[in-house]
Amino acid sequence: MEKKVVIELRDVRRDFQVGSETVHALRGVSFKIYEGEFVTIMGTSGSGKSTLLNQLGCLDTPTSGEYLLDGTPVRAMRRSQRARLRNRKIGFVFQNYNLLAKTTAVENVELPLMYNKEYNSKQRREAAVAALQAVGLGDRLEHKSNQMSGGQMQRVAIARALVNNPAVILADEATGNLDTRTSFEVLVLFQKLHAEGRTIIFVTHNPEIAQYSSRNIVLRDGKIREDIYNQNILSAAEALAALPAPQDE
Amino acid sequence: MSYINLFKIAIKAILSNKARSFLSMLGIIIGVGAVIVMMAIGQGSKQSIRQELSTMGTNLLTIRPGADMRGGVRLDPSAMQTLKQIDYETILAEAKFVKKVSPEVTTSGQAVFGSNNTTSTCYGESPDYLSIKLWNVEEGTCFTEEDVKKSAKVCVVGKTVVKELFPNGQDPVGKTIRFKNIPFRIIGVLKGKGYNNWGMDQDNVIIAPYTTVMKRLAAQTHFNSIVCSAVTEELSDQAIEDLTSILRRTHKLKDSDEDNFTIRSQQEFMETMSSTMDTITIILVVAAAFSLLVAGIGIMNIMLVSVTERTKEIGLRMSVGARGLDISNQFLIESILISLTGGILGVLFGGLLTWGCNAIIGYPAIIPAWSVIVSFAVCVAIGVGFGYFPAQKAARLDPIEAIRYE
Repeated sequence: MEKKVVIELRDVRRDFQVGSETVHALRGVSFKIYEGEFVTIMGTSGSGKSTLLNQLGCLDTPTSGEYLLDGTPVRAMRRSQRARLRNRKIGFVFQNYNLLAKTTAVENVELPLMYNKEYNSKQRREAAVAALQAVGLGDRLEHKSNQMSGGQMQRVAIARALVNNPAVILADEATGNLDTRTSFEVLVLFQKLHAEGRTIIFVTHNPEIAQYSSRNIVLRDGKIREDIYNQNILSAAEALAALPAPQDE
Repeated sequence: MSYINLFKIAIKAILSNKARSFLSMLGIIIGVGAVIVMMAIGQGSKQSIRQELSTMGTNLLTIRPGADMRGGVRLDPSAMQTLKQIDYETILAEAKFVKKVSPEVTTSGQAVFGSNNTTSTCYGESPDYLSIKLWNVEEGTCFTEEDVKKSAKVCVVGKTVVKELFPNGQDPVGKTIRFKNIPFRIIGVLKGKGYNNWGMDQDNVIIAPYTTVMKRLAAQTHFNSIVCSAVTEELSDQAIEDLTSILRRTHKLKDSDEDNFTIRSQQEFMETMSSTMDTITIILVVAAAFSLLVAGIGIMNIMLVSVTERTKEIGLRMSVGARGLDISNQFLIESILISLTGGILGVLFGGLLTWGCNAIIGYPAIIPAWSVIVSFAVCVAIGVGFGYFPAQKAARLDPIEAIRYE
């Protein structure tokens, strides 16, 4: 069975002009990501992983090479076309959640659909509620962002990333601001989504996380050094259960 | 994004920091309030001047000696002595569109009664004068044609003269006062008129037969002016034409000579005053409008700060698919909403100032309805005009940098 290619990079290069110098952030990156994969992209700072993330998220275009998202070539697209692509095909999860302040969970999750003419307000609400239920926050719909813990906020962010039924979820150090326990709770959620068939790309500098994904790509100095399928995926739920009980209970 | 949603986002943003939103509106509130009250004062002044002029008789015509002074200054004193008895008599006999006529001789001086005295002006007129000016005696009577023929030393006085010369409340009718040392018997007291729009006390007058004033007080054989009432206001222009031809004849002017007199109608005067008031109003409003310009700049500044503060939010919106247009519309609508709300509050503020002007200072002020509509339109324009630059700045942010902004 030929799996669908969700993301394809063909010799993608990205150069930046910094003063009089040219920085080669990406020096010819090529890979394919198939539907349903949970891929971690690893690299230290300076490896080019942020640049790669921006390419994958259609926030930036390659200097040369081609990026095909769900079959659509991105390099020649205008800003507004890329915005539309982001709206329909991509769900972002940021390290610092990036929720709207003083706004309820539902309103936060509805945000991408506000920019999608095909949803009326009723459909928008239904989709947002369903997404929040999928991440286990069905009982906190009207809670405001400042009334939630870090873990809950990240779940809201994940629900927001899911609400438009994207082709791929792009997570940028999604557990970076969370404590160990909460990090595992979030990983449990990611693995659940993976099991449901979601395509996930998780960019991180933390090598531990690679143990929970199905494939790991290592980036260094703008090039891919490793691209290995994980033969022994650990269960985040088990790791969570194995953690010592929280101190304040 | 739909406009309703943009509207909701804008309202939320404005309400999230009420103090700052109010401060950014303050310039508009003050500016619009100022414009409204300036227009109201202009309108009110115009209206009250019109009203006053019409109480003086809108069909009033005033003939003065000397040519039209508008072009420059005429220095020939004899030119000021061209109105004479023959003019008056001819007008009385022949003028077709004129109802009543009164020649006028004026002189100022000291009026004395007993130990009281006051400075006043004596107007020498014909008995028709009071009806020309739509005036009446309250007590006693006015002098008659007989008094004119005999140059009788009688007069009617205004209330201010009564107050000054008879402070103890005595009845002035029948008493004899001295004006410039000439004795005058008071036969009537005029109704009160109060101050006119130019600050003159209209009750500080003594009116006597013109013959008496000419002979005994002013020692002149010419009139200072001749006042008449046109049959109707509409016939004022024809009346002026008719009087002009009569006077050219009695002054023996050749066809090539200019008029050595000027005739002005009250209507013309009213129109001049109206247009003067309009000009003054425009100047005041333009001055007030400058404050709106400053207010717009204030809004632009606040919006720029707001954009910078919400850089991360803008980055987030872009990352989930907001286009540049969506972002710029969001801020543009917020800007318009701020200025429009400021406009509404400004109109209310202007209304309050207008009420205060009327009730507390007593100066007439009436808000013209169209000024409110124009104010709103200007506010929207300010919102768009001064919100444009911040909105564009927001739209052009790079989402990658914006998301990482701290």
